[in-house]
Amino acid sequence: MEDMSPHQPDHITPHQPDLPRPAMQIEDISFRYPDQPDLFSHFSLRVEAGQRFGLFGPNGAGKTTLMNLMTGLLTTSSGTIRLFGHEMKKHQRRVNKLFGYIPQDFAFYQELSPVENLAFFGAWSGMTGAAIHKRTRELLDILGLAAVRHKKVQQFSGGMKRRVNLAIGVIHKPRLLFLDEPTVGVDVQTRHAIVNYLKELNESGTTLIYTSHQLSEAEELCDTIALIDEGRIITHEALDSLLLKHRHEGLEALFLELTGKNFRDQSV
Amino acid sequence: MFVMPMLLVLIVTGMQSGTFELVNKNKLPLLVCNRDTGGASLQFIRAVDTMGLFEVHLIPDTEREELIRERLYRKEALVAIILPADFSAQVNARADMLAGKALKSFGLGDNVTERTETTNETPLSLYYHPVIQESFRRSAEGSLYSALQLVESRQLLKKLYFSINEKELPDTLENVLMSNRQKISEIPVSRNDSRKAPTVSQHNVPAWTIFAMFFVVVSLGSGIVRDKRSGSFIRLKTMPTSYVVAILSRQITYLGVTMIQTVLIFAIGVWVFPLVGLPRLDLPDDVPALILVSLLCGWCAVSYAICVGVFSETEEQANGFGVISIVILAAIGGLMIPDFIMTGTFRTAMRFSPLHWCLDAYYALFLEGGKLKDVWSNVLSLVLIIAGLQGIALWGLKRKNLI
Repeated sequence: MEDMSPHQPDHITPHQPDLPRPAMQIEDISFRYPDQPDLFSHFSLRVEAGQRFGLFGPNGAGKTTLMNLMTGLLTTSSGTIRLFGHEMKKHQRRVNKLFGYIPQDFAFYQELSPVENLAFFGAWSGMTGAAIHKRTRELLDILGLAAVRHKKVQQFSGGMKRRVNLAIGVIHKPRLLFLDEPTVGVDVQTRHAIVNYLKELNESGTTLIYTSHQLSEAEELCDTIALIDEGRIITHEALDSLLLKHRHEGLEALFLELTGKNFRDQSV
Repeated sequence: MFVMPMLLVLIVTGMQSGTFELVNKNKLPLLVCNRDTGGASLQFIRAVDTMGLFEVHLIPDTEREELIRERLYRKEALVAIILPADFSAQVNARADMLAGKALKSFGLGDNVTERTETTNETPLSLYYHPVIQESFRRSAEGSLYSALQLVESRQLLKKLYFSINEKELPDTLENVLMSNRQKISEIPVSRNDSRKAPTVSQHNVPAWTIFAMFFVVVSLGSGIVRDKRSGSFIRLKTMPTSYVVAILSRQITYLGVTMIQTVLIFAIGVWVFPLVGLPRLDLPDDVPALILVSLLCGWCAVSYAICVGVFSETEEQANGFGVISIVILAAIGGLMIPDFIMTGTFRTAMRFSPLHWCLDAYYALFLEGGKLKDVWSNVLSLVLIIAGLQGIALWGLKRKNLI
């Protein structure tokens, strides 16, 4: 089997040169929140290694829950989730080394500097001091944070904080990157920089699983999308063929056609 | 985290030292308005003066009650007494009456006239400023009663002697009889046979060190809430480590903070207190026991802070609940009021305060001169409390899906 990830960092999985495809495989899972009906019932999804995969759906469709299940933050009641062939429930630690997660919230310490945050989270990812130092310089240069490397993050603009959030998620060079609205609330320049960097990451072998409400950005970034609603997949295929099949020029029109125009979040 | 606890210990010990000295060394200013012209009142004033508790200030016998009150408001003195005009007559009358009764019961009453008890006596009025606490007032009152008893006993003795011998009691015999009292030797109970009386520093430094340790709740508790709310918990959960390890490393860091606090506060007690006129803190002989107890107290404080952080939803909640709960636990734990004066319910509640077990262990070392073998029960209690708090925190983390 061909390894689709030449970007594999030595310090993480030194003896696994041929990780099996797909990057993510969800098989027949069910999940429900306490005292609520099933959100997912016998749900399956497959994301191939090297894809730029977009997960979309209206509010309440189950995107965030699915993201949490895929990253192990929530546990399925039945079925299996595999990352590069490793079952999530059985090999959580090993699986956690393979992926990075960029949550929508700023998940870092605002009272620390970017360098300190990267050192802290790098250490928790199992990296050594020298590797952290090298990777920190590299990431801060790429993401335009080198000049503020020792400033406290709480002084940063929203866009700078987004870039710190991204840097922490990729410090350990993950083979698979989960991105939950990575560009929400940023200016055009920051969005452009983030999207370009994500494309570069993908070209070097990192699989992306991305969710956002910014469909124009999704069109620019994703090559494959899945549209989910009420815990079910409505469509799942390559973006180009999907647009061609439905004779739409844009993702937004396709989205409205497939999911309707009614509000989904009318109650709390 | 370091300066404020040190200031707290310094200030509280200084204030407590003032109180100690007021009772033990300083004299309480006392205004005496003597409206009596007899000898008993002069004897009484002399007795009060020689007791050493009061600094007696005589004021004119014509001074009205309102003016005496005014002097107290102005804090010229905190206590005042008015000896009524018939004070000596009352003392003599009471001595006559008691002597009559006594002689009659001895079978010698035929030659003496038994006086009946007087019911319309003018009382000796004691005025005190409201700032004086109950314990001081009782102490002052007890001393005045003691002086009064001395005067009355002297009069009674004179009457009895005169009734039997029909001549005055000789001064030499009077002095022998009145001053020949049982001596009291004060011996502090200690496990190391030390006869040194515990000072205000020995009492206060351990107590307020524990209080300072538990105040890590402000930093640690709110830090955990910040983690939860910022998503750092979530990020750590997706990393190849266990959050339990993260919590443990945080605990070790904060345990280090509490130990630094302890060392600094003890150092202040040993080296700075003497420079500002406070008694030097004497560290216990058993240093390993002191280190063990300090570590357990610190870990107990850190465990409590983790619990508060895990169950609080906001930083404000963690800070508010954390601080107030520490003050309450300190109060019921005996840090603010000695446990021996607590009533039944509070004595039971005291056992639920982790601070009580910390203080008990420290007091066994600092005040009783105990060694490790003397604090094993406290050590065991602290270990159980820590285990309980850690268990509750882990359960909370699991329940909130954070681990």
